[in-house]
Order: sequence, then C-alpha cells, then structure tokens
Amino acid sequence: MAPNDIIDTLAGIEPGSTLDAIRARRLQARENAQKSYLALFEPIDTSDFSDAERAAVAAFVTGLHGESPVAAFYRDKLAATAEGAPLLDPINAEIERGKTSGPYGAYPAGPLSVENKAGLIYRVGAERKPVLGVRLVAALEHAHLLVFRPRDAASADMKALLAAGWSSTGIVTLSQLVAFLSFQLRVVSGLRTLAAASA
Amino acid sequence: MSTVNPPVVFTQDELDWVSWIDPLPEAELTERHYAGLVDRARAKSEYFRLLVRDPEVLEARTKTDKDIFYNVADGLPRAERELAAAATSRYNGCIYCASVHARFASTYSKRRDDVQRLLDEGIKADLGGRWNAVVNASVALAETPIAFGPDNIAELRRAGLDDAEIVDVVNGASFFNWANRLMLSLGEPSK
Repeated sequence: MAPNDIIDTLAGIEPGSTLDAIRARRLQARENAQKSYLALFEPIDTSDFSDAERAAVAAFVTGLHGESPVAAFYRDKLAATAEGAPLLDPINAEIERGKTSGPYGAYPAGPLSVENKAGLIYRVGAERKPVLGVRLVAALEHAHLLVFRPRDAASADMKALLAAGWSSTGIVTLSQLVAFLSFQLRVVSGLRTLAAASA
Repeated sequence: MSTVNPPVVFTQDELDWVSWIDPLPEAELTERHYAGLVDRARAKSEYFRLLVRDPEVLEARTKTDKDIFYNVADGLPRAERELAAAATSRYNGCIYCASVHARFASTYSKRRDDVQRLLDEGIKADLGGRWNAVVNASVALAETPIAFGPDNIAELRRAGLDDAEIVDVVNGASFFNWANRLMLSLGEPSK
C-alpha cells in the first residue's frame, strides 16, 4: 500500500494483502482518491472555506452515516485543532438531530412524482446557531440535503449559501467535500465488507 | 439566460445541464485551471467550468473517475461499470447522470431495452441474475446509512464476479454517489 493512503488506512488494508493487490490494479484511481482527500483537507487555499469549517462539515457528514472508522477519523480531525475542538460537541448534537435514512426527496412534477418520498427537512437547532455561526449553519443544512435528499436540491439552496456568506468558489468546494465523503465512506465500507467476507 | 426545459422522466436521450451559480468564463481560465480540467476540451462545458473553481479537487476527481470507468485492462466489463453508475443515479434520482451512463451501458452491453427498463421501472426491474446483482449492490451502497453487506458480496459471487470485479462495482457505484450529488445540487438538466 502507498504510505498513509487514507482509504487503505480506514479500510484496514494491509500491505501485501489480496485487496492491496486488487487496489494496485487501479493505481490512478487509488492515487487520485488520495489526492482528492489532500486537496480537500490540506488545501493550498483556504480563503473560501476554512480548515475548521472543512473538518466540522466532514465530522457531520460522516457521523450522519452512523458510527464507523471514517466517522471517528473526521471527528478526531475536528477535535485536533484549537478552532475546531469547541465545535465537536455541537456537531455531535447536530448529528443526533439529523440522523435519518436516505435517499428521499421529490422529482420534477410528472410521471416520477409517484416515487416522491417525504422525509426530514433538517435545520440546525436554534440553541446551537450562535456557537456554529451563520456560515456553518448554512453549510450543515446544505450538507444534510446532499447526504439524504440530493434530488430535492434547487437553485434556492445556492442562494441560501450565498446569503450566508459563501462565495461561488466556496460553494463548489463545499459541494465537492460532501460528495467526496459520500464516495470515500462507500469505498471503505465496500472494501471492509469484502475483506470480512473473504476472511 | 437560456430557457430551461427540465426532463420529467429518466431517459437515454442527450440532455444539457445548466448551472445555478456562475461558472468561470472561458477567457479567465489559466494554466492552473486547464490542469484541473485535465482535457482542455472540457473548457467548453458549463459543468466543468463551474467545478474548475477548485482546480486541484477537479483534477483529482477527474483522474479517479477515468481510471474507475475507462481502465478495462482487467476486471469488470465496461458495460457493467456503467450499469452500476446508471443504477446508482436512478436510485439517487439524478436524471442527468442516469442519461449519460444509461447510454454508455447500452452502447457497451448492446442491451438497450434492459437498460431502458431500469430507467422506466426503477431499481426493482428484473434484468437477469448478473445485472440484478450489480444493481442491488449499487442500491445498497447508495443508501444512507450504507446498507451494503455480506449478502451483496454473496450475490455478486454467485453471479460469477471475482473479488477484483466486485471492487470495480464498489468503485463505480461509490463514485456516482460523488457525481450525483454535484450534478443534482449545482444545476439542473434541460432537454
């Protein structure tokens, strides 16, 4: 395995194992999943999306998927910085408030409307808004939308982020971060499940 | 601004995609941005000129995508990687992504009618044992909390997939949980 490859670490893939060899056959994907992680969590420019905000959103998103090595990893990342540590308890409380099952949401009105599925429209708890701040409140609400009901997304959701102080570039990176974690969580889960089934 | 004519059904037709926030103008792209686009021709795409606002993430995402789907030196046939992408998109509800990858699945499998049944009937369509196993695995991975488990592995193995091919299913389906969320939330499809 590549040194410190985050997916290998989170999936418990050992050097020389069968899964190590299988992942090596998709070397460009393996290396660029790692580069995606680094671009999001060790970025060259944080002016549109701070490190603490990134860690807070990541802890929230991965926590919404239930307890896992991935969720623990991002929770630790949030706790590890002076700016992020005070956010840990509020983020954990919001994870508990936001937990549900997805995907759900509505389709454009028409033949697919019969497949519409109602579910939680998550909003940050009023008591935690002061500590989280306007930007992070908007980011968590948007992240919950992306995690559980992405087909509900509308142009109004972009306007809500812009109104909360997010730049267009910041919105792109925020969206990439939530979407990347959706990928990373699933690859890790799939690889762990396969390893367990082969043991 | 052009008029948006949103599709209201899943389709294999070619669709446009219109951004809800401003892509970078082509005239403002620098070499850093072109590195992010990977293929210079992608500068013509509104979607990629939006994502290139964060060039480093786009570059890594694009190279991940290409290897998962286009590296067919070994492992799962391209048709079934595209099936995983189409099934994930069908379940998450991304009409645009489903259109692109349903077309690819049809092209590479020559089973256009079966692909259309996935779009029309949804993820419960009976497409035969091997395709059902790929669709079921993709759907289980798309759920939150993730529902993928040993039963999915067993079904994929019964359908004849080896572990490397199962990893291709996991990669392809997981990648579309990334792609769907961008396509669905940053803009919308138009006929």
